[in-house]
Amino acid sequence: MSVDERGADAGPLGPTEEGAGGSQPAARAAIEGRSPWTLAIQRLRKDRAAMISLGFIILIILIAIFAPVFASITGHPPNEQYHGAQALTEAGLPKGPSGEFWWGTDDLGRDVLVRTAYGARISLLVGVLATALTVAIGVVLGLAAGFFGGFIDTVLSRLVDVVLSVPFLLAVLALVSIFGASLTITVLVIGCFSWASVARIVRGQVLSLREREFVEAARSLGSSDWRIMFVDILPNVLTQVIVYTTLLIPVVIVTQATLSFLGLGLPPPTADWGGMISGARNTYTVAPWYIGFPSAALILTTLAFNLFGDGVADAFDPRADRLISE
Amino acid sequence: MLRFLVRRTLLGVFVLWVITVLTFTLFYVAPNNVAQTLAGRQATPQVVAAISKRLGLDQPLWKQYVDFVWHALHGNLGYDYYYQLPVTHIIATALPVTLSLVLGAAVIWLLLGVTNGVLSAVYPRSLVDRGLTTFAIFFYSFPSFVLGLVLLYFLYYRLTLSGFDWFPPGSYAPLSAGVGPWLQHMILPWITLALVLAATYTRLTRGSMLAVLGEDYIRTARSKGISESRVVLRHGLRSALTPVVTQFGIDLGQLIGGVVVTETVFSLPGIGKTNIDALTRQDLPVIVGTVMLASAAVVVANILVDVGYAFLDPRVRLH
Amino acid sequence: MSLLEIRDLEVAFNTSDGVVRAVRGLSFDVDRGQTLAIVGESGSGKSVATQTITGLTRGAKVTGRATFDGVDLLQADRQTLQKIRGARIGMIFQDPLSSLHPYYRVGWQIVEMLRAHDKSISKSAARDRAAYLLSQVGIPHAKERIDDYPHQFSGGMRQRVMIAMAMALEPDLLIADEPTTALDVTVQAQVLTVMRRLQEEMGTAIILITHDLGVVAEMSDQIVVMYAGHAMEKAGRRELFYGYHNPYTEGLLASLPVHGNAGRLQPIAGTPPSTIDPPARCAFAPRCPYVFDRCWQEDPPLRTVYDDPAHSSACWLPTDRAGRQAARAKLAEARAVAEEPV
Repeated sequence: MSVDERGADAGPLGPTEEGAGGSQPAARAAIEGRSPWTLAIQRLRKDRAAMISLGFIILIILIAIFAPVFASITGHPPNEQYHGAQALTEAGLPKGPSGEFWWGTDDLGRDVLVRTAYGARISLLVGVLATALTVAIGVVLGLAAGFFGGFIDTVLSRLVDVVLSVPFLLAVLALVSIFGASLTITVLVIGCFSWASVARIVRGQVLSLREREFVEAARSLGSSDWRIMFVDILPNVLTQVIVYTTLLIPVVIVTQATLSFLGLGLPPPTADWGGMISGARNTYTVAPWYIGFPSAALILTTLAFNLFGDGVADAFDPRADRLISE
Repeated sequence: MLRFLVRRTLLGVFVLWVITVLTFTLFYVAPNNVAQTLAGRQATPQVVAAISKRLGLDQPLWKQYVDFVWHALHGNLGYDYYYQLPVTHIIATALPVTLSLVLGAAVIWLLLGVTNGVLSAVYPRSLVDRGLTTFAIFFYSFPSFVLGLVLLYFLYYRLTLSGFDWFPPGSYAPLSAGVGPWLQHMILPWITLALVLAATYTRLTRGSMLAVLGEDYIRTARSKGISESRVVLRHGLRSALTPVVTQFGIDLGQLIGGVVVTETVFSLPGIGKTNIDALTRQDLPVIVGTVMLASAAVVVANILVDVGYAFLDPRVRLH
Repeated sequence: MSLLEIRDLEVAFNTSDGVVRAVRGLSFDVDRGQTLAIVGESGSGKSVATQTITGLTRGAKVTGRATFDGVDLLQADRQTLQKIRGARIGMIFQDPLSSLHPYYRVGWQIVEMLRAHDKSISKSAARDRAAYLLSQVGIPHAKERIDDYPHQFSGGMRQRVMIAMAMALEPDLLIADEPTTALDVTVQAQVLTVMRRLQEEMGTAIILITHDLGVVAEMSDQIVVMYAGHAMEKAGRRELFYGYHNPYTEGLLASLPVHGNAGRLQPIAGTPPSTIDPPARCAFAPRCPYVFDRCWQEDPPLRTVYDDPAHSSACWLPTDRAGRQAARAKLAEARAVAEEPV
């Protein structure tokens, strides 16, 4: 799995070489001197789309946390099947939004609103955990490969090549179908097949940082390898990792939903968006609300993460200045 | 060049071998009840055992694997558990479907993605750029199964209801049945697959093009007094296309084995659909066959990408 | 009339961090066949100024005039500029590797230039001309090397290729933007020699942009010293090196290892200022050893100094030679006191 190249190529905002690369020296000189983090956050706060997206992400997180509140307000637990005339038609089909079921019901007479709210939990949980795992593996292996070089680098780089040449979706499907679809398995499998791109980015960064003066300085002061790796080098790789991470979360969320859609999601009756959409496929012509609400939730969430990630990438990417002139 | 190809091919064969071993081991280790499933719930243990024997499942794993490799080297990938069809035949039937889908969609997404990306990069921060980037990020965020279902709902269901019977709800019509029906069946799947990828390619081309347009040699090209369109296309796009071509190769490789979602949504009996069906039925020979095909596609695509890279960029030497 | 007359050039960029005023009221002339050097630190606006007049800066707010052989380049339409670029104004840039397209053979790149301005020239004639040009700038085996890619040349050879390309159509003006900065010292001299020889043969005027006063001393007729978008001092070469007025010029010269200055090099303390919202005072004031009250209150305009109409300086120090020397003596005295061992 790979994230769009823009995120991957974004470099940390460091001191720039004078006049090189057709950049605009006057603007550069003016911008230098402020901390790259402060600058990035300033830029991000000016980015309206990113801020609205952040707001929506926070909203989704709150909905996930307070999903039980939806259940208690409506009085419908997420997995409770209702059979009354309010819940199902005489033919046993889902019924549309009503005073009782605000977002209608699904094919088993369950509350779509409450289930969509609960579905946010799965999406966010898998999204965050699998991304964290991916980034953790990728950063550690990338640091090790770039920092130690030699044999370790050769082995790790080959491993990266192999992982990248495995058909991602097929591998995940196969493993989930073997080990059974649980939260842990889903997270582990996604994490194990996504770290390679992160490792590759981090390795490249470390290779160029390794030769820089401050690493030399740390070495001459007698710092240990570990200290240099995590205290001196890691912070410099961090901006890139952050950009990649924000753009990876939506990819993972979609992967998880895809697994559910293909029937390899968490076991029923767990409410999750991909599974709901899959379940709604047979009735989408008569019950568009059943397929519509979880779909909208999924799209808006990935959209929000992507827009926010894009904003983060823009804020950290020094080349954004180039848009002004060449 | 030759040495490079030999080395990469050997590496590729090695990767394929690792993948078959892993697939075999994994599915053997997993609780396997194919024989039971086939025999039915009421079957006696004797019947189950007989079926197990017929499928070769009673043999030790290494024996099964050796048999598999021996037959595979003779061009025989085994027979599926349920209908006893040769796996090679199953793949040969499924492959044209997947190729129709992927290659047709590729034309659309490349045209759309590269054109949009170039336009966006040439007029950065303009209305055109904003519009196209919004378009891109929107479809980039659209899970393909949702997009497929949306298209089905509006272009099949609502249109058909309104009396426009243009698009079928799914399934495949081979080219041999005529170009018309084939097109009619492929258009919605193409759009589904292409829109999501066009979004990625728009972003990729835009980013790559923006970086290239900031290069010194573009300034040189302008300083030479050649037309702006020549600067953008001949000098800019020529360089900016390199990462796009690379990504295209990688995507083609990945997709030939794994357009699972689009094939599932539109009931297209391609490689991906075959694979997911085999997975849910634990039809090991078919799983191994499709996984091998998918991996081979990725491996070959990666080699082609590297060779292509050397053709595109004179600075690259293969070794 | 001069070949190129720049008057009150202002260039500003909108960035997310504010409006960058890269060039603020720059004026200078370039005569035919002469060399004008623009000197300054990075960020002083020297590259922006020259790239703006040739239409290579995008998204900038530009005011002023840049009259090239009777045509105002800042008002000219795209077609006109395109015809002038390359054919009448050639350009070479700092980094010869990144300035040549890595994917095309050097011969192709020169031929493209020739054919862009002369549609009638045949492919083979253009090729012969390209080979001839390459041999003219001192590339051995030019006929064979014409089909090599830029990465197959050394840095100095690449810059020769750039010169061959820029001079291919015998332009009236060559803008050389830090042409030797990325090169080894020995190679620098060779490249400068090639430039000067072609200048003499073709009668080309040169705008030489550099921060290297050594190169300036070797090449230039007239000099403009720039700082923070301003021209600080304008003078002939001899007048500037031996009779500078502006303290910034003095600082630049003091940081230069020339003969007779074997004592010690004095870098200018401090860093160049931001050109975002520059305050109304002398831009150099925070770093100037001569600084006094007026410098903080008013931005000095360019004034004629030493009664030499060709010599001007933007500084509030006295404009007569005696007054300027007195200021210098006073500063030296103050320094001596400060450094005196107690």
